[in-house]
This record gives sequence, C-alpha cells and structure tokens, in this order.
Amino acid sequence: MITLPCPWCGPRNVTEFAYGGETVARPDAATVTPAEWRAYLYVRANPAGPVTETWLHRAGCRRYLVVERDTTSNEVLAVRRAGRAAKTPTGQHP
Amino acid sequence: MKNETPRYSAFSLARRGLSGKPWPPAWRAHELRPSYDVVIIGGGVHGLATAHYLAANHDITNVAVLDKGYIGGGGSGRNTAILRSNYLTPEGIAFYDRSLTLYRHLAADLNFNVMFSQRGHMTLAHNDSSLRTMRWRAEVNKLCGVDSDVIDPNEIAKLVPRMDVSSEARYPILGALWHPPGGIIRHDAVVWGYARGADRRGVHIHQNTEVVGVDAIDDRVTGVRTSRGPVSASVVVNCTAGWSSLVSDMAGVEMPVQTFPLQAAVTEPVQPFLDPVVVSGTLHVYVSQTDRGELVFGASVDPFPSYSTGGSLEFIEGLAGHVLQLMPSLHRLRLLRQWAGLCDMTPDYSPIMGLTPVDGFYVDVGWGTYGFKAGPVSGEQMAACIATGRTPELIAPFSLSRFADGHLVGEKGAAAVGH
Ligand SMILES: Cc1cc2nc3c(=O)[nH]c(=O)nc-3n(C[C@H](O)[C@H](O)[C@H](O)COP(=O)(O)OP(=O)(O)OC[C@H]3O[C@@H](n4cnc5c(N)ncnc54)[C@H](O)[C@@H]3O)c2cc1C
Ligand SMILES: [Zn+2]
Repeated sequence: MITLPCPWCGPRNVTEFAYGGETVARPDAATVTPAEWRAYLYVRANPAGPVTETWLHRAGCRRYLVVERDTTSNEVLAVRRAGRAAKTPTGQHP
Repeated sequence: MKNETPRYSAFSLARRGLSGKPWPPAWRAHELRPSYDVVIIGGGVHGLATAHYLAANHDITNVAVLDKGYIGGGGSGRNTAILRSNYLTPEGIAFYDRSLTLYRHLAADLNFNVMFSQRGHMTLAHNDSSLRTMRWRAEVNKLCGVDSDVIDPNEIAKLVPRMDVSSEARYPILGALWHPPGGIIRHDAVVWGYARGADRRGVHIHQNTEVVGVDAIDDRVTGVRTSRGPVSASVVVNCTAGWSSLVSDMAGVEMPVQTFPLQAAVTEPVQPFLDPVVVSGTLHVYVSQTDRGELVFGASVDPFPSYSTGGSLEFIEGLAGHVLQLMPSLHRLRLLRQWAGLCDMTPDYSPIMGLTPVDGFYVDVGWGTYGFKAGPVSGEQMAACIATGRTPELIAPFSLSRFADGHLVGEKGAAAVGH
C-alpha cells in the first residue's frame, strides 16, 4: 500500500499514518471473564484477506480513520471517519 | 524404503567427478499416502528439523512434511541468518544456547556443509538506557554461561575499523554488547541438510501440497485436507510461521499471533572488511558481510500487518540513511536487491510451542523475526514432545497457555531489531 485515502485530507503516503490495530470492541470491565480479557488484549483475527482496522493520520490532520484493507494485496477497500460513523453492530465504539 | 544417499566427502566428490555419474537427489518426491503417523505442516527449518529429529532420535519415520510451495520458500529462505544466544530472559537464553550448540555440530551431524561462521555479534548502545539494558543482558548471559560482555568504543573501533565511533556522530556510540559465539550461517544449506537427513530416514517431503483444512472429532485431531486429497494422522504439527494463525484457525485453536512483513536488502559484493555482525537498535538497522562480500542489511518489521511480500521504497530509504550514519564510507555502495518475508509476531517476542487444547494438534510457531536460529533446538524439543506426549522442560515456558496465565516471556528488549 503506497497511499491511504484520508477522509479529511485525501490520498496520502502511508508513512504519514500510524497503524492502530484491528478494530476490536473493549469488553465491559464489570462483567468480563479473564478469558475474554485475554482475547481482547492479545488475540486478533489476523486474516489473509479483508480486515477492518483503525489508523491515525499522525503527520496530517491527526484524526482517526477506519480502514478496510485486503492484507494479501494491501488494497484499500473502504475508508471512513472513526467515531460515530464507525459504530460496531453491538453499538460500542471501537 | 531408506534412501541410499552417498556420504558427501572430498573422496566421494572426486570419485563422482571422475566417473561422471550424476548425484542422486538429496530428497525425493513421493505419492501422498492416505495416512501417516505424523503430519507436519510447513517445510521450513522448523518443520524439517522436527521431522529429522523424530526419525533420528525417536525412530518415528512414518512422517510427512507438507508445504504449499517449495521447502525453504518461507522465512527460512529469506532471513538474514544471524545466530546468537545473548537473549534477556533465563528461559530464552537456555533455549537459544542449546540451539547454538546443535548448530556448532550440525555440519558433521547432517553430513552437509552449513557454513556456520562464528564471527561475533555486536549490539551497539547509543544512549544510557540501551547501555543499561546491555549491562543487564550481559550479566544474565554470564550467569547462564553464555559468552557476553559490554565493551567500550575503543574496543568497538578495533573490531570494526570502518565504524564512526566519534562523538560527532548524530547518535554517538557509547558502548556495545559483544557476543563472540554469535555469527551467520548458510540458511538454505540448513534447510536442505535437514531435508536430506529426514528423507534418508524415510520421511516423505511433499512440496506443492497445501493444507486447506484440519479435521478433529471431539477435540482430537484426525487428519488434514490438502490440495492433493485427505490425509489421516493422529498427530498434526503446525510449523507455518507467518501463516500459522490461518492453520491454527482450521483446527479451532486461537493464537495471539499477527503477521508482519520483514524486509532486508543486499549490496553488490566488495572486498572483505567487516567481520562481526553489527546491530543498532536505536538506528533500527543491522549489517553483516557474507562470504561472497555482499553486505546484508536488515531492520525491524514493517509498521502494519500484511501477507504481502512486496518491498517498499520507504524501507530502503530509511535503511540506507541509517547504515550511512554507522559507516559513512559506504556511501557509494549500490544495493542489488531487497525482499520481504512474513513474520508471526507474538505479544512477548517469544515463540508458542507444544500442546494445544486440541489433542494431537501441536504448534511450533510465533517465530517472528528471530526463529531461524531456533530451528535445531525446536526440532529436537518438538520431536521429544511428540514422541513422549509430554512437554520438555526447555520449552515449557513457551506454552500457549502462558497468555491465559499471564506468564509472558518478555524478549522485546533483545529481539525487536537484532533478530
Ligand atoms: C528478512 C528476514 C530476516 C530474518 N532474519 C533472521 C535472523 O537473522 N535470525 C533468525 O534467527 N531469524 C531471522 N528471521 C526469522 C526466520 O526467518 C523465521 O523465524 C524462520 O525462518 C521460521 O521458520 P519456519 O520453519 O517456522 O517457517 P517458514 O520458513 O516460514 O516456513 C513455513 C512454511 O509453511 C508453508 N505453509 C504455510 N501455509 C501452509 C499451508 N496451509 N499448507 C502447507 N504449507 C504451508 C510455507 O509455504 C512455508 O514454506 C528473519 C526473517 C525475515 C523475513
Ligand atoms: Zn488526514
């Protein structure tokens, strides 16, 4: 992947961005089991194919974005602003 | 059927040369049997060493090694071949030091020239905090019986005359961790030597055979499905490094592994001038000179996970700048090529080895950027683990269950840049 299309700034070199990891929902600390917490800390899907992840436009607008990327080709499939629009189906913010 | 492999020696070379008789292949192709005692997925150094020691140490020979491509086509044929044992944790040091011992005798054991050159391994410190970590590492190393010490810039200059040890450098060098037994090896030869050793003892090596499914009944493994048909087996071993979370997923075993590309590059060959392997964590770079005279450069993993092995311009730009800060006189050297391999990174920079919640499904993964040096000891220990069904002491700290128990083996300080 040479460029990431920032929803605010347009296409920029990937070196301007910081990778934030696969988008995972933080479990509720009051009800979580140790096994679920371990999975939240360490276990990622790591797929060979499309994955949804959070990036930060560190050397640009310094805002967060959600990127859907194919990990076998690094092709960007979709980008959107993180935050309200990035709500996961369970309603929790990523 | 055992392979009548001729011994390699100066005498056999002369005889073959004079008689003109072709050499038999070092390993052969076979029909895929419907069933094996042990199926090993992945024909890198780990899979092949495990197969070799299963046969050599435990007489378990009804074994298949399956690779979706060619043997050594993964990290084992793409790494920068640095061997060392000066890690940070006592668990890590004991483990990697056993591997170095096996490597020292490997050429004789396998009757295959693996060209291990113990030229010394040097990790530079450019600031107080890294110097402190070096002292810490040196003391733990010494207590574990590993030859390792902190040296000052004068001694560094003697060992590497081209290095800029002046205080004018952008990141002045304050000292280094010096590890004389470290060095480099011919990585392809290690892969081929284990393949030949396994083949002559009856192991089947199947290239172009991709595993697409792992079958289990009631959490007990029964076999694998491959691109060439199903194979039943009561023991299946995952040795697929960068692809290992995909294979574990097939068996329903969750693993804290993420796949990151690691790039490296090599220059045109020049006269020998650099003896030791030189690593700088601060500059994210390391350098060694091969027997052919090329300089091999490496760095840290790419900044985001991927299964793509394409190289990037950013990588060589950063690399070249950092190399020149260490050795300014290299500025006219030209790069010949760059490449990437896939690394299975774990949260604590240590491997995941042994049993899993699925009976008969074993893992030998999480090799990240540092697993080539662990090939022999992993093969030896995994073979013992499979033969006895018990986890040997040397690999017990690296069990998958450590992430649930919270007993991580933090090696980041000793493995993030210096692989
Ligand atoms: C650029 C670079 C530099 C490195 N430098 C060093 C170093 O200096 N020192 C060091 O100790 N380590 C180093 N490493 C790390 C080292 O290369 C690896 O940790 C090591 O080679 C892993 O060996 P392996 O046998 O486990 O896996 P690999 O050699 O990667 O083999 C895995 C095999 O599994 C096969 N496979 C995958 N999926 C399937 C499937 N579904 N079915 C069948 N087969 C499958 C693949 O085709 C592959 O051949 C480096 C790595 C890279 C990329
Ligand atoms: Zn932006």
